[in-house]
Amino acid sequence: MRLDAATLPAAARALIERIGRTPLVELTLAELPAGSRLFAKLESVNPGGSIKDRPVARMLLEAWQAGTFARGRRLLDSSSGNAGISYAMLGAALGVGVTIVVPGNASRERLERMRAHGAELVVTDPIEGYDFALREARRLARADPDRYWHCDQYSNCHNWLAHYDGTAGEIVAQLAERGLGPPDALVAGIGTGGTLTGAGRRLRELDPALRVAAVIPETFPGIEGLKPYGEPGDIVPELLDEALIDETCPVSADEAVAMCRRLAALGLFVGPSSGAFVHAALRVATARRPARLVTFLNDGGERYVSTGMWRRD
Amino acid sequence: MSVRIRIPTPLRGYTAGAAEVDLEAATVAEAIAQLAARHEGIAERLLDEAGRPRAFVNLYVGTHDVRTLAGLATPLADGDVVSIVPAVAGGTR
Repeated sequence: MRLDAATLPAAARALIERIGRTPLVELTLAELPAGSRLFAKLESVNPGGSIKDRPVARMLLEAWQAGTFARGRRLLDSSSGNAGISYAMLGAALGVGVTIVVPGNASRERLERMRAHGAELVVTDPIEGYDFALREARRLARADPDRYWHCDQYSNCHNWLAHYDGTAGEIVAQLAERGLGPPDALVAGIGTGGTLTGAGRRLRELDPALRVAAVIPETFPGIEGLKPYGEPGDIVPELLDEALIDETCPVSADEAVAMCRRLAALGLFVGPSSGAFVHAALRVATARRPARLVTFLNDGGERYVSTGMWRRD
Repeated sequence: MSVRIRIPTPLRGYTAGAAEVDLEAATVAEAIAQLAARHEGIAERLLDEAGRPRAFVNLYVGTHDVRTLAGLATPLADGDVVSIVPAVAGGTR
C-alpha cells in the first residue's frame, strides 16, 4: 500500500503506526516434544485489541485513498466484533461513517466499544447465527449503494494481503533474530480465511514443505471468530485458499477455555480462539514434531468477561 | 406447561431443521430433558457431564438469562419461550 501518512488525520496516523510489529512469544509448554519450539504472535497489543486491525487498516485505507467515502458514503460490513471494533476505531479516526451488522449475541464489551466509537449497529437475531448477519449486510449494500460501501472482509483481497505483506514477514524476521529459519508449521483458524491464506501463502513460498493446520471449532456452541469447515453446508469464505491446508484440527470450546486458563497463568490473557490455536498447535507438535511452529494469539481475554468464560463456579 | 424452545441454526441438524420445538415442561431442566429425549445428541451440546450448561451456552426464558433466575430449576409458565443462544456470535453458521 502506497500511502502518504502526512495526509491522514493525526489520530488515524498514530493508530495505524501502532498496528502490526507485534511480539513473537515463545510458549514453553510441557507437552511440546523435544526439538519442537512453539511461537505465537501476540495480537492483542494492536490498538484495536486484535489481529483484525491489520486487515481492516489495509482495506479501509485502500478504499479511503480511492475516494470511496466521498459525499458521506459509509463503510458497511458484518462482524461479530473484533473486525467491527477495528472498523469503528479507524473509521472514527479517519472521519468515515461505519455501519456494522452484528448478531445480538456479540459480547457486550464488543457492542459497547463499537458504539463508543460512533458506529451504527444493525443488530440481528442471535438465533439465526452469523451467516444471517452476513446476508443482511449484503442486502443493505444492494438496497442502498449510494449510502453504503460494502467492505466485505470475506472477499476483499486486501484482507489476506495484509498478512501476506505484513504478518508473515514479521514472523520470519523475528525467528531470524533468534537465529532460526522460517516456520515449518503454521497453525491458524478460518474466520474470513485472511490470516491463514495471507501468512500461509507467503510462508509456503519461503518453504514449500511448510505444514499448514487449520483449527476447526465444534459447530455448537462454537469458538468466537472461527468458522466450521469441511462439512456440507459450511460456507467457505471466498478468499480462503483451501489448497494451503494440509490438515484440520477439531477443537471444542471446553478445550479452548482450558488452554486460555493455562495461558492466563503464564501471564497471557487471551480469548478462546487463541486457546484453540495453542491447543491445536500442541497436537500438531506431538504428531509431527516440527522444529518451529507458529500460531496466533488473536485477541485479549477482557473481551470475553461477560460470556462467563473466566467464571469459576 | 406448554412451552416453546427456539433452536439456534447450528443445532437444527438435530431437530430436522426445525427452528422451534413445542413441548410440555414445568422447568427449564425438564424442557431440555424433553428436547433431548426427542432429538438424540442435542443434550451433549448443551450440558456438561455434571448436567450444567456448558461454557458459551446461554439459556433464556423470554429475555432473562436463566443464570440470573433459578438456573435450570427456573419454573416455566404456559406460553413461555426458552431460547438457546450461544455466547459466540462470529464464525458459527
